[in-house]
Amino acid sequence: MGKGRVAVVGIGQTKHQATRGDVSIAGLVREAAHEALADAEMDWSDVEAVVIGKAPDFFEGVMMPELYLADALGCVGKPMLRVHTAGSVGGSTTLVAASLVQAGIHGRVLTVAFEKQSESEAMWALTLPIPFQPPLVAGAGGYFAPHIRAYMRRSGAPDHIGVLVALKDRLNALKNPKAHLHEHDITFDSVRESMMLWDPIRYSETCPSSDGACAMVLADEAGGDACADAGRRPAWMLGGAMRSEPTTFPGRDQVDPVGGRECAADVYAQAGITDPRAQFDVAEVYVPFSWYEPMWLENLGFADKGKGWTLVEDGATQMDGDIPWNPSGGVLSSNPIGASGMIRFAEAAMQVRGQAGEHQIDGARRALGHAYGGGSQFFSMWAVGAEKP
Amino acid sequence: MSARPLVLPEPLRDLEPVRSIRAPARLEYTFTAGAATSRFLRGIASKRILGERCPVCGKVMLPPRGSCPTDGVATSEQVELADRGIVTTYCVVNVKFSGSAMELPYVCASVLPDGADMGLFGLVQEIPFDQIRMGMRVEAVWVDDDELQPNLASIKWWRPTGEPDAPYESYREHV
Amino acid sequence: MRDVAVVAFAQSHHVRREQRRNEVEMLMPVLHQVKTDVGLDQSQIDFTCSGSTDYLAGAAFSFVMTLDGVGASPPISESHVEMDGAWALYEAWVKIQSGAADTALVYSYGKASPGSLRDVLSRQLDPYYVAPLWPDSVALAALQARACIEAGVTSVAEMAGIAARSRRSAADNPFAQLRGSDDPDVLLKEPEFASPLRRHDCPPIGDGAAALILAAEDRARELADRPAWIRGIDHRIEAHALGVRDLTSSPSTRLAGERAGVGDDAIDVAELHAPFSHQEVLLRDALGLGDGVALNPSGGPLAANPIMAAGLIRIGEAADRIRGGEAQRAVAHATSGPCLQQNLVCVLEGPERPGRRPRAGSR
Repeated sequence: MGKGRVAVVGIGQTKHQATRGDVSIAGLVREAAHEALADAEMDWSDVEAVVIGKAPDFFEGVMMPELYLADALGCVGKPMLRVHTAGSVGGSTTLVAASLVQAGIHGRVLTVAFEKQSESEAMWALTLPIPFQPPLVAGAGGYFAPHIRAYMRRSGAPDHIGVLVALKDRLNALKNPKAHLHEHDITFDSVRESMMLWDPIRYSETCPSSDGACAMVLADEAGGDACADAGRRPAWMLGGAMRSEPTTFPGRDQVDPVGGRECAADVYAQAGITDPRAQFDVAEVYVPFSWYEPMWLENLGFADKGKGWTLVEDGATQMDGDIPWNPSGGVLSSNPIGASGMIRFAEAAMQVRGQAGEHQIDGARRALGHAYGGGSQFFSMWAVGAEKP
Repeated sequence: MSARPLVLPEPLRDLEPVRSIRAPARLEYTFTAGAATSRFLRGIASKRILGERCPVCGKVMLPPRGSCPTDGVATSEQVELADRGIVTTYCVVNVKFSGSAMELPYVCASVLPDGADMGLFGLVQEIPFDQIRMGMRVEAVWVDDDELQPNLASIKWWRPTGEPDAPYESYREHV
Repeated sequence: MRDVAVVAFAQSHHVRREQRRNEVEMLMPVLHQVKTDVGLDQSQIDFTCSGSTDYLAGAAFSFVMTLDGVGASPPISESHVEMDGAWALYEAWVKIQSGAADTALVYSYGKASPGSLRDVLSRQLDPYYVAPLWPDSVALAALQARACIEAGVTSVAEMAGIAARSRRSAADNPFAQLRGSDDPDVLLKEPEFASPLRRHDCPPIGDGAAALILAAEDRARELADRPAWIRGIDHRIEAHALGVRDLTSSPSTRLAGERAGVGDDAIDVAELHAPFSHQEVLLRDALGLGDGVALNPSGGPLAANPIMAAGLIRIGEAADRIRGGEAQRAVAHATSGPCLQQNLVCVLEGPERPGRRPRAGSR
């Protein structure tokens, strides 16, 4: 029994926020799951299995929270898996859920990803002192900044490129009611003048810390067809892949990781993509620090090596450009770490379903969802389309 | 499907709901450095930087963690490296973290000691932060001999040696 | 469904405290062993999946460092579950079923020695109502044991018998931590540790790692003379709150066992992940295992219980019995959460049982 088709028939997300003090952890995940089930016109009893993903448990102070969440997610008597692949987890969780459908094991799977970072202390959990390594920097930015500097050196990109990306994503977020940051007064100058945190990353070019959850209902071909027949427009999975590399090794390219390139190549081969810029209508890509947009434009084959920044400068990735990136506002506008990857995958699916409301890219029929994690070492990506493959 | 609204019993209706609880947690862990890290740290305690070579690819891992990440085999051949090298990349840090005594801004860099195929993350001092550059040659500044410990804090920071910068081509594969 | 088999299995020598080696050094020889056994290097393995937990390691993203022992360059297709390796095996099995892989490497490990395991495990509990009370894992197991005894499901004498039998079986297992035991009547003279449990009713605390290789169809036949075929695999979870569960039975094990087809034919050997002696009785009953079944010939978790690897080891040990020709049909079980909240059941068969289609899932 080979690879069955997978359809996204329901999508839900919470309103992402710095602190969701109005819900418990269970309440947060149920909010997203509830919305996804309602979108799919299904009930909890229709769900055959649940695949849940999130990043380090220190973010909430709960070890293996799927155990506590079994009841809240209607999972009693059902199979439940919990995935953790660092920042890419939202994406890989989706792919594990998709695998269950592709293998013909389940016909309807609920997949959920979340982080309730406000419960614990996010900066601490992210950079917990590693034994036998003296702590030098706080926050993920301290790890990525030197690699951004290396990209700037390699490509000769001008200093303001990062500012353009941050401005674009935050302005896009104003059209996304679910996004965490809604900065109505943001301007090019306000970004450029914000405090430098880890040179060259400024405060306004950095992702926020958010509480949030995302959920999708994945169905088999019959479920996808039923959704289409009912006029609810499923998104069809065209391809999906995961790749991992070690954190560091001699000669490792941290700026243009081989893992990212190979993961994309695998997805593109499955989806029949030979020219991503031309063949995708939109992409939701994991960009937590602004400079990762030009870097990932190259890594994912949307731009030639050293030229990613020119697409940004030309406005190609704006909502009215030829290849909009992150119309949802992206990770720069909402970052519940465990959920962010799934939000990218879900937003890509929303686009091809015509479900993205004010941040919809008109006529989007093929979209890329991308997630990465760790020291730019874990990658998970999928391609979705409006038509059955 | 819609969630049924919650109806509280009569005696509870006028009470202020509990919105959150504080539940402090403390767990203590005693970590094991492992054989390779122990060898490395003992070297540091005697002011030596010891990498380990992979028997398959021949590259020198630094800091050694017991395996070659590319080949997944154990490393054990120790290679003494110089305590001077080049800055391959860096960032200027402007945000403090709790427990840090560092004055802002400060420079964090990846330093590639001569002879190593991987770099060490460390502080760079004794130079204005806006003069730091990739390719700059630096040397380790150790703590006083009586303060040497088997941990990387025995290297206080790295400082410029004054030698000419290494050409980009010589370290570009480490960037 | 595709036929998938266990073609190699290895584990470390489980010890109370692995003081000389860190997690990656402890894991590497085990990874090498399984790859060498089937003559595959990492580039020939289609998918890799591991199981481990940050809270045990005391470090966030702890699974990342062990990737260094795998040889993940060029990049590999790899995933991780924050669960016992038995669930990593399930994910890998699903990947192969989906057609995206023909071979998979599964590994898991845990060092319980750095922290205080009983306190660490209390972090698994409901964070609002239960965890702030810090109920430790032994106390919760004791609560379940008390319920079982009072319901007539088992007795302290039966529990002592299970403990003695397990550790005596482990005398033949060079990897086990506790090997050999006093007679049950001697054990019963010991004081209670957490009533009604005595020390012998509890698993040892220790450090260990395990790995195995899965292969599909003809690939399995190429790689091993006697593959241990996975004929059925399923897992289910129960409610979290202890107060709403019947602690004297294991309905999720019963359901997973039915779905995996345990009852389809006679079972020769069962490797049950029962960290506490009374739990073996619950699991045996839930799976309908009669007197003819050899239980935990490896010694089971009472002889060695490396957290996060113990479930995977049950599958590996059962597979070994099949591959060694001692058994034709085996059941392996893994558990997660307080008092057997979540359970996975796997049915393995040798080549003498050809032609049965594998079973799994809700369909």
